[in-house]
Amino acid sequence: MNVLLDGLTLAQGGFPEPMASATLYHYLMTSGMLFVIGLIGFVTRRNLIIMFLCTELMFQAAGIALIAFSRFHLNHTGESFVVFVLTIAAAEAALALALVVLLFRRKESLDAAEWAEMRG
Amino acid sequence: MVGLVEQLQTLQVVAAGVFAQVEHGALGTHGGHEAALNAGVNAAALGAVTGELPKWTLLIPFLPLLGCVLCGVCAILKVRNKLPAVITVACIAGAFAATVGAYMHTMHDGHAQTAVVKAWDWIRFVWGTEYKSPREFIANFSFYVDSLTCLWMLFVTGLATLIALYASEYMAGDVKTAGYARFYVAFCLFVFSMACLVMGDNLLLLYLGWEGVGLCSYLLIGYFYKKPSAVAAAKKAFIMNRIGDLGLSMGLMLTYVHFGTVEYAKLFPLIQTYLDLAQHGKIDEIPFIVQAIPVLFTIGAFGKSAQIPLYVWLPDAMEGPTPVSALIHAATMVTAGVYLVARFFPLYLCSEWALPIVAWGGALTALLAATIGMAQFDIKRIMAYSTVSQLGFMFAGIGVLGAVGGAAHVFTHAFFKAMLFLSCGAVMHGFAGQLDLRKLSGVAKIKGWKIVSLAMFVGCINLAGVPFITAGFWSKDMIIGDAFADHGMVAIGWILLGTAGLTAYYTFRVFFRVFMGPVQYEAGDEVHGDADHANHANHANHGHSDAHGAQEHGSAAHAAFHPHAPGLAINAVLLILAVAAFAVIPLVHDFSGGGGHSFWASSMVHGSTAGVEPPHAEHYKPFGMDAHRFAMIGSIIVGLVGIVVAFFLHYVGRTSSATSKADSIKLGAIQTAAQHKWYVDEAYHAIFVLPLRVLAHVFHAFDKMVVDGLVNLFGMVPRGLGHTARRTQTGVLHDYALRMAGGLAVVVLAIWFLHSGGWSGWGGPGLVEVGSVGGVRP
Repeated sequence: MNVLLDGLTLAQGGFPEPMASATLYHYLMTSGMLFVIGLIGFVTRRNLIIMFLCTELMFQAAGIALIAFSRFHLNHTGESFVVFVLTIAAAEAALALALVVLLFRRKESLDAAEWAEMRG
Repeated sequence: MVGLVEQLQTLQVVAAGVFAQVEHGALGTHGGHEAALNAGVNAAALGAVTGELPKWTLLIPFLPLLGCVLCGVCAILKVRNKLPAVITVACIAGAFAATVGAYMHTMHDGHAQTAVVKAWDWIRFVWGTEYKSPREFIANFSFYVDSLTCLWMLFVTGLATLIALYASEYMAGDVKTAGYARFYVAFCLFVFSMACLVMGDNLLLLYLGWEGVGLCSYLLIGYFYKKPSAVAAAKKAFIMNRIGDLGLSMGLMLTYVHFGTVEYAKLFPLIQTYLDLAQHGKIDEIPFIVQAIPVLFTIGAFGKSAQIPLYVWLPDAMEGPTPVSALIHAATMVTAGVYLVARFFPLYLCSEWALPIVAWGGALTALLAATIGMAQFDIKRIMAYSTVSQLGFMFAGIGVLGAVGGAAHVFTHAFFKAMLFLSCGAVMHGFAGQLDLRKLSGVAKIKGWKIVSLAMFVGCINLAGVPFITAGFWSKDMIIGDAFADHGMVAIGWILLGTAGLTAYYTFRVFFRVFMGPVQYEAGDEVHGDADHANHANHANHGHSDAHGAQEHGSAAHAAFHPHAPGLAINAVLLILAVAAFAVIPLVHDFSGGGGHSFWASSMVHGSTAGVEPPHAEHYKPFGMDAHRFAMIGSIIVGLVGIVVAFFLHYVGRTSSATSKADSIKLGAIQTAAQHKWYVDEAYHAIFVLPLRVLAHVFHAFDKMVVDGLVNLFGMVPRGLGHTARRTQTGVLHDYALRMAGGLAVVVLAIWFLHSGGWSGWGGPGLVEVGSVGGVRP
């Protein structure tokens, strides 16, 4: 455990003072928790909008992980990737919400269980 | 297969230069023969080419082929008039003219010459090398014309022309349907195939024609294809012929295997060497394979020419339109078997068994068919059985070493039997399909039927063999005489003599019942057409209410039925044939006295490969008389007795169409059996068809249960899997998400587990090393 902490007790290039003690470990934990929260939300909730928001949560968790690694490796690839992802996510959000609206119009309900037509 | 062909072709190219010399030497192509001819040597070799013919000889087969194509175009363009008939008559008449021309050339300066006219290379393989077994397989599309070919082609094309003309009127009821053009397509194709069969210069082209005529026969028997009995008859004819064809094809293959060629011009000189052995009484020295070839040919001939045991298809073939019966199933196609035997007569002489098989098969068929013919009531069927019987005579004639008699009988029979059929057809045409001799009487006395009756009479006296004035008498007499002259075959002579008496009886039975006696008739109510034709009966004017309009007559207009007499085309054809039947008499008998063989048919046979001298045998002299004289006296007696018996039983005192004195003769079981064709069809059904059908059911069950079961088993495994797997597809989004999450968890846990060192390292965090390996940048 110590080895792990030692290895990660590095904010290469330096963090701002108040966050000086924040390490990659913390970022990854945040990202992981965010992802799990999103996942749990997606699985448990039936409202399409909420489910959609949960997917956004998981999205951002991945983004955080990317940025953290990018910072850790002093490599801008991850960060630039996230910029693109965010752009696409915005477009996708517009699309997804439009779809949700259409689905709602068809069944007057936002319950995801209403849509089970692909049943085998 | 393709590879082999390519290889052969390559070899051919490579060997071409080497072979240039060989071909003109030992293997002897046409060039070689021409050289031989020019040098004046080898001219007498059996079957060798001794002359040449102009290229227009090719018109004989190819004009009918052109007619076939043109009629096919008519069918496609939906021509609904008599154009196909005009085309066919014109083309076949052209072929006849070309045949006459070829005949003139062939018989130039008195003795027959042999020529090969080549159309194109058809099959040509040459392989091996000059030093190591050079082999070739050559079958050109070329035509071998000698006097035997001419004899056959003269009556084939001549009769085909007349019968096509007859059919133009007979089939008139179908003009408005597609059937008319279809009929003439098959008709022309038949003449083309027959020409290939008779004129082909190699066995392969003969085989092509042989199959071609079989096909056309099938198509034309099944002309009324909506009538189940016609379809069954067509199928029966085709299948029976296939059995025979198997024999022919095996003979063909053995010929190539043994002689290395299938071309007549090369084959017959090779046969000559064996023939010399046979003629010197050394038949034991001839290899088995050579002796087997003619036996196999005989199987083919017996199938095509309807002899025991393959004769049963011919009577059923009468389901076809009558012109077809007359041309194909009486005059021409069924004589193809006789042609084959006559053409390969030298080869038959090389075999100990082939000619006795031919002779006995023919004689027994003649007798059997005649006995069946006596008991039938359908006049067309009687004629069919008489055809089978007369074909038996021809085979018996050749079998007892009388190729001349056999060929002459083919020639005369073609005319009078075609005439008999066409007369029966005219009756059938005029009486709305009526063929039952119990329902027709006194036709000769009805106005407009004089020519038909005359033709029928001429045909009957020929078939019955009325002495001296009929061609049929002379040709049949020759066969019976040859049978008596052949020492070992006297029994066949007696069989044939008896059959001649039966023939005279059943022939005149038909004539006296249908054409003589009180005028009484009943229209046929049998529809001899398919539904199309029945529709056309609606607008049938009475002049053309033929057999196909029979339904109308049968039902609505039954009481008011009056037969319509045949028109110009039918009468003209019948008249020509009646004259021809007499005109051929001097062609088949030598009236210069002495019973010599110096008449036309004899010279035609002797000028060909059939003209070889059989091994000398002691002439049998029945009752101390010359065999031919005895046969003549015998056949005069039996012929007249047969006619007189028919006269008393079926003419004298007959007051109605349905009854005659013959009814009072009760023969019990024999009569019934003869009426049922000796139950041969039933026996074949029980012996061959039923076991095969049972076997088919067994195989079907095996296929259903074992083969299909196995296949289905392979199908059921994935189906079961799918059935299980489909339950996971609920269509609910959450289920999929949960499973994805579950899968992710499993993957993550697995990786963690593996990196923590398996079971032993369980408990420690596995990602430690991963993190450390990630490395710390300085």
